[in-house]
Amino acid sequence: MIKRSLTVLAGMTALAVAALPASAQTYGPGASDTSIKIGNINPYSGPASAYGTIGKTIDAYFNKLNAEGGINGRQIELVSYDDGYSPPKTVEQARKLVESDEVLFIFQSLGTPTNTAIHKYMNVKKVPQLFVATGATKWGDPDNFPWTMGWQPNYQSEGRIYASYILENEPDAKIGVLYQNDDYGKDLLQGLKDGLGDKVDMIVAEVPYETSDPTVDSQIINLKASGADVLVTIATPKFAAQSIRKVAESGWKPLHIVNNVSQSVGGVLKPAGFENAKGILSTAYTKDPTDPQWADDPAYKEWAAFMDEHYPEGDKSSSFTVYGYAAAQTLQKVLEQAGDDLTRENIMKQAANLNDFELGMLLPGIVINTSDTDFFPIEQMQMMRFNGEGWELFGPVIDGSVGS
Amino acid sequence: MTDQSMTSEAPAQGRGKPVAERAGIPVGLKRAALLIGLIIAIALPFMVKNFTIFQLTTVMIYAIAILGLNLLTGFNGQFSLGHSTFIAIGAYTTAILMEFGGFGFYATLPLAALFCFIVGFLFGLPALRLESIYLALATFALAVATPQLLKSAPFEPWTGGVQGLLVFKPEAPFGIPLNSDQWMYFVTLVIGLVLAFFAVNLVGSRTGRAMMAIRDNPIAARAMGINIALYKTTTFGVSAAYAGIAGSLSAVVVQFVAPDSFTFVLAIGLFVGLVIGGVGSIPGALFGGAFLVYVPNIAEELSKGLAGAAYGAILLLVIYLMPAGAAGLVRAIVMKVLNRRA
Amino acid sequence: MELFAHQILSGLATGGIYACMALAIVMIYQAIHHLNFAQGEMAMFSTFIAWQLIEWGFPYWIAFFLTIAISFVGGVVIERTVFKPLHRAPVLAHIVAFIALFAIFNSLAGFIWDFTIKSFPTPFGQQSLFGSGLISAHDTGMIVVTLVLLGLLFLFFRHTRIGLAMRAAASNPDSARLVGVRVGWMIALGWGMAAAIGAVAGMLIAPVVFLEPNMMLAILIYGFAGAVVGGLISPGGAVIGGFAVGVVENLAGTYVPVVGQEMKLTIALALIVAVLMFKPTGLFGARLVTRV
Repeated sequence: MIKRSLTVLAGMTALAVAALPASAQTYGPGASDTSIKIGNINPYSGPASAYGTIGKTIDAYFNKLNAEGGINGRQIELVSYDDGYSPPKTVEQARKLVESDEVLFIFQSLGTPTNTAIHKYMNVKKVPQLFVATGATKWGDPDNFPWTMGWQPNYQSEGRIYASYILENEPDAKIGVLYQNDDYGKDLLQGLKDGLGDKVDMIVAEVPYETSDPTVDSQIINLKASGADVLVTIATPKFAAQSIRKVAESGWKPLHIVNNVSQSVGGVLKPAGFENAKGILSTAYTKDPTDPQWADDPAYKEWAAFMDEHYPEGDKSSSFTVYGYAAAQTLQKVLEQAGDDLTRENIMKQAANLNDFELGMLLPGIVINTSDTDFFPIEQMQMMRFNGEGWELFGPVIDGSVGS
Repeated sequence: MTDQSMTSEAPAQGRGKPVAERAGIPVGLKRAALLIGLIIAIALPFMVKNFTIFQLTTVMIYAIAILGLNLLTGFNGQFSLGHSTFIAIGAYTTAILMEFGGFGFYATLPLAALFCFIVGFLFGLPALRLESIYLALATFALAVATPQLLKSAPFEPWTGGVQGLLVFKPEAPFGIPLNSDQWMYFVTLVIGLVLAFFAVNLVGSRTGRAMMAIRDNPIAARAMGINIALYKTTTFGVSAAYAGIAGSLSAVVVQFVAPDSFTFVLAIGLFVGLVIGGVGSIPGALFGGAFLVYVPNIAEELSKGLAGAAYGAILLLVIYLMPAGAAGLVRAIVMKVLNRRA
Repeated sequence: MELFAHQILSGLATGGIYACMALAIVMIYQAIHHLNFAQGEMAMFSTFIAWQLIEWGFPYWIAFFLTIAISFVGGVVIERTVFKPLHRAPVLAHIVAFIALFAIFNSLAGFIWDFTIKSFPTPFGQQSLFGSGLISAHDTGMIVVTLVLLGLLFLFFRHTRIGLAMRAAASNPDSARLVGVRVGWMIALGWGMAAAIGAVAGMLIAPVVFLEPNMMLAILIYGFAGAVVGGLISPGGAVIGGFAVGVVENLAGTYVPVVGQEMKLTIALALIVAVLMFKPTGLFGARLVTRV
């Protein structure tokens, strides 16, 4: 019964498509002459609610676009749900978006375990799971999961960048690693190890922490005792700030590399103390809004104006607001390219067809490139050193593609 | 939490009597309500979207776990803020057996229940020595430790560590014309009904009366010759088995297990569901499950930025309006209507 | 050996955090015989109030005492508005109300002050004590304040009329009422004091862990652990319990092979359950004698 009606439906659609002239609009679910309905899932409640800022920024950005007339004359209707960072809830919300709200696609769903929970579902349903907000490497697998695409540089690439820096500049280093004991921490650590290759025994200590640990003081003491002279901190802002302070407090002077997640001047280095943070290395791909060197940058000013007008309650020292803004702009580009052909197939096709696309809030020289075989939009990063007041970028923009 | 009797309201309403009797709602009315409920439950999956079927299945799964918690807390007076652990054990048992053992889902279900029963029984042994408030904290500690244990190195080869495991959802067998959502809905419904039936009979039996005697007055119960240790640990085991079945079902319905799915937030959620549904009420569990699934969605509709605060406010409101849970409210309303007629 | 000494000292420093929180937990338990799940979030919220006051230009100590006063009043108000109407509700409903408060405070703080971590000033200085790199001046100050607070509470509960009345109201409300104790207000007072002590704990903890809405989540769990080890009714036990948890956790993380680092918390919690096996009411608790 169901099958028969499906066949009939398919036949009717085929007829309808055939009857239209080639240039006319074609629409998938959620798209029409006047609007495009997009789904999003973020943790607005629960322990991971800090990330909810990204979803709110995206919403604010689409409000701005709508106020300016939308994309190709269509208003963006963002339906954003809360999953509290719980995978079963993510499945419920994703199914609600796809089956009940009938969105054209899901954009920037956040978190690795949560996105893993809907990975298969989205691909079986052939609904784009576009620009997921996580840096795991598995999102760039067009052969097996053609409906899923990441956005940010993946964690493994970042680990490789640190490895090559250490191999080049500190070939005799003894490396200590502090990492968050979850998929993100382990992925980045894996990249570091892969990058070190047969020199992997340079790592003399790897110490995990749990997000339920009040401090990482004990871990830092153990790392110091291991005799390491290079410390790689793979930690979220709070724990990175704690580790920077504890390292200084304990009189340890390693070469300290802090991962990109915690590069915020206002959100990490300032609370940790500028004098403690001097000399720290990191990588970046976005401009840090709290870094004074961008104060007169036109793209920064545009972002600041957007924040003031459309998201005034948002936190301008948070890197999440920059992240959400840049991700939304990437989607804007995809939708502009898609034109009047707003089918799910074409959305994926256009997402995989970004060529040297530049974004104001990305660092100069970093471009977004995708293709049928390259589902990693941002792959470049640049190393930088904290001089006590702001970051100084140095060296070339590095391509960290996995496998390269 | 408190050191007083956890269910101090229960004795006041009729010590030792099964809930069904003490409530005083006529049996005929109850049967009629059950029948109507059943007809609706069977018809629903053919009238709503697949997504809604999935949601309803989730409600029933939570209800099964809450039912188990109710046997422990509501009828035996033992506190648990750690039932997420047993859900996790059930879910992982199913996922691991399907992934590495080549088992079909249906074969894993009784194994998950049995395994959880054993773990629950064993946990019940030390729990015997703990007074209510300390038991609550010990179980809460269990809930907090569970995600760490699941992703720890020794278990990682089996649990998939932080990445979790993907699980396949069974399709309807024998060419039954149901899609997999509808099929799992009915599987869950049947299992839920069987478990509810078992719970009602357990509570009404000699064993059930002994359970409640222990809850209401352990010293008197001992004087009557009830083996308190055996009853308490067995109840813990049965309660864990209910949670394990819920976990096993959730693994296939969600098609994924990961440490982040079983945090202490889930344990607290089950507890809230128990109280909101009605401590000591078997149908109340269904309401508790619905609360767990739908109220966060409502809270979010009210305000994204203040989703947590909205949830808290709704929770407070519900507690004010029905301090004895949904079951208590329904009972009060029905009794009022009946009394007015009489 | 040096590593061992460092880990012990660092354990005492973090143990000071737990001891602070455990003390607040025991305080409310003394007053109402409940464990307040929202205690940590209330302390966090108080700390944000102090931070806001300092941002507005108040000197540290004025902000400190003003926050304690605000928290005290806030605690009393919460008891009078949220819990008084629930007076006759089953005990389990109270716990759900705690959970509701938890969600409300956490969400409100994130909404008002955002989730970016903030540094919170310390009156003792962040430099290392005696230049040893072992323990910071703030850690030492925190431990001292905790001990002073403990002493004051001891005097209050043993030697003041109102302290005795509070204990009477908590342990036997009916008899207390008969001898003229205003039980309702004693409970409200207990809430106020717990909130005030929580505020002190929060303001001492924030310089170490940084201020953000989720800062107390883990600490509350450890604080519960410390309080339970100590026996819940003994403020002194709670403080010792807090220190013990901090030290045990560090040693487990350092010396237990394979799983130590990953499961610090699990090991600490397992130890607590083990303690409870031998002393079911904690190390310094007393068994309640119930009459049949």
